[in-house]
Amino acid sequence: MSALTQSTPAAARFDAGPEKELRPPSYWPFVVPALLVVLAIIIFPWVFTIWMSLNEWKVGSPTTFVGFSNYLRLTSDPRFIEAIGHTLVYTVLSVLLPLVFGTFAAVVFHQKFAGRGFLRGIFIMPMMATPVAIALVWTMMFHPQLGILNYLLSLVGIPAQLWVFHPATVIPSLVLVETWQWTPLVMLIVLGGLAAIPTEPYESAQIDGANLWQVFRFITLPLIMPFLFIAGMIRMIDAVKSFDVIFAITQGGPGTASETINIYLYSVAFTYYDLGYGSAIAVVFFLLIVLLAAIMLYARQRMLWTEIASDA
Amino acid sequence: MADHKISRRTLLTGTAAAGALSLTGLPARAEVNWKKYAGTKLEVILAKGPRGDNLQKYVKEFTELTGIEVESEQIPEQQQRQKCVIELTSGRPSFDVVHLSYHVQKRQFEKAGWLADMTPFMKDPTLTAPDLVESDFSAAGLQYAKNEKGQMLSLPWSVDYFILYYNKELFQKKGVAVPKTLDEMVAAAEKLTDPKEGIYGFVGRGLRNANMTLWTNFFLDYGGEFLDAKGNILTDGPEAVAATKLYQTLLTKVAPPGVAGFNWMESMASFTQGRSAMWIDGVGWAPPLEDPAASRVVGKVGYTVVPAGPKGQYSATYGDGVGIPAASKNKEAAYLLCQWIVSKKQGARLLQAGGGVPFRNSILGDAEVQSGVKMPKEWLQSVIDSSKISKLGLPVVIQVAEFRDIVGAALTATLSGADPAAELKKANDQFRPILERSEKA
Repeated sequence: MSALTQSTPAAARFDAGPEKELRPPSYWPFVVPALLVVLAIIIFPWVFTIWMSLNEWKVGSPTTFVGFSNYLRLTSDPRFIEAIGHTLVYTVLSVLLPLVFGTFAAVVFHQKFAGRGFLRGIFIMPMMATPVAIALVWTMMFHPQLGILNYLLSLVGIPAQLWVFHPATVIPSLVLVETWQWTPLVMLIVLGGLAAIPTEPYESAQIDGANLWQVFRFITLPLIMPFLFIAGMIRMIDAVKSFDVIFAITQGGPGTASETINIYLYSVAFTYYDLGYGSAIAVVFFLLIVLLAAIMLYARQRMLWTEIASDA
Repeated sequence: MADHKISRRTLLTGTAAAGALSLTGLPARAEVNWKKYAGTKLEVILAKGPRGDNLQKYVKEFTELTGIEVESEQIPEQQQRQKCVIELTSGRPSFDVVHLSYHVQKRQFEKAGWLADMTPFMKDPTLTAPDLVESDFSAAGLQYAKNEKGQMLSLPWSVDYFILYYNKELFQKKGVAVPKTLDEMVAAAEKLTDPKEGIYGFVGRGLRNANMTLWTNFFLDYGGEFLDAKGNILTDGPEAVAATKLYQTLLTKVAPPGVAGFNWMESMASFTQGRSAMWIDGVGWAPPLEDPAASRVVGKVGYTVVPAGPKGQYSATYGDGVGIPAASKNKEAAYLLCQWIVSKKQGARLLQAGGGVPFRNSILGDAEVQSGVKMPKEWLQSVIDSSKISKLGLPVVIQVAEFRDIVGAALTATLSGADPAAELKKANDQFRPILERSEKA
């Protein structure tokens, strides 16, 4: 590689002349290392995963090419279809709730008050904890007989809940953990946005007699929108591929009530050792993530256009 | 180990003394050439737990005895299983000795031909001490270790029987006798349940997959068999339906709310806090139950066999063993290590600490070993009694994990009111083609 990088610029100099268009671009040797890395660690695994998904590929038995039958099997697999639903509900809730709470927290922590730095530090602590460790702590907090959450509810006269131990409440309870852990991240991003807002619009709003909600709705919110999009994007990517918290707390249960695509994929590939079918799930899962990201980008793009349109 | 009682002090006097003990403890094994493979290096992959701890704590004694160096690592059970399978599939595993879970992996390992045959080693007097004979292992152990051709593919290490734990204090308070049959158990649980006090008669695994180990014990007691002679799965017959009805009754009527999501950890928490009166689970939980730092029921726990059903009384049995990959280059040295792992001395230590139950009758039945057991006498008695009514707790098929997931989900569904017969039929229809495909392959 070093020989190439040294000789090519020299060669390029000598070749300068009428046959200019035949000369390879002088930068290509610099591209090769990155290209190789991308090929090896991104392109190849993907192509290989797609190849595996077209085979009946079980650990310990020979593989046979089966075309698209793994994908056809997906369409009639109730567990997979259910898992898509769980993933979407889980993702939507664990994007929206941290966004709402995080924005609120950022607005609060943007004000100047005594002990602000200290309280901010406390507030971002959940984000620093290891997900599996906190998941285990939450599991015991959710315990219907012994958990502290039901004890706290009993203090205000609310009957005991089943939290992650009942199919109907398991996903909201898991989202609660996710929200608790990731609201601080949204807050940090939005705080950055708030710090960048100029003070003039606020001063003129004050003169015009706008109330607190109007100031937030018509000045703060539009100005921090780009930051909210970034936070939303990060949260979405995290939530859709969330694994550790769900796996450590419920393993997809009770029954399959909290089994997301990721958890199901893990079971199929690494517990049932059905790698072909698992790969098919991975491919569909990837397409779903691309789709969600595209929707987010499209929404962002539209917002930009409306902004420009209203400016004009 | 010629019948020395092992006290804590002996062990703590240092590895040198302990090593000497192991040498003096093996006078009759003069024929075995322990030093023949000195200098070999072995890699061992272990599932995390008391068995692994017991090995790592004393493995220096093995090195002193044989001159064989041992590197070992403990990995959490599920991940350890995956790692082993992936490495064995690659054909070049990084380990010479593998710790396997029989109830999950037996059929998979056999069909794939991953394990070396130990039968010739066991017949070789220069490799095998005279006290290590096949007949010393319990029937369940041999069932697990041998393949269809009768070859020993592993050495059975530790067995897990399901037993009934009960809270003596709660039993006394309500004047309830220890149940002898499953019907009596339901009646007792009803009497013990007092939702106002937050106390329930029974607790056990409700979480999908994990719950199968509890359910199968009922299934066996109702006369259930997992497979017919042709290898078809039989978990939707009348025995299965009856067992599921019992399971449904116990977990919905007399168990804590939310039990559908309980694994052993949540169940144990409820039991150790004195909030559940009975618990059926593996025999290995005595140490935490008797640990004052973790339990409020120390000294109040009763241990007994799982009550009898209408068609018999069984203890659902699970277990683990140690095997040598067929691809290992150090098979003889690895065999010496396997032999040491299941030796009387190591087995006695395991039993005495409550960390596991050896498959070898000569250890379990040894009065001196028994007297050194630190757990309550009732616990030991429940272990010995269970060994007499032991029956494998899961079907020996490759797709055990899928079986547990599918039937386990059906069981969890019955806890929300679904009909047992319909759910089991649905689960069976789902699992049958999976089983047929994997057995055909």
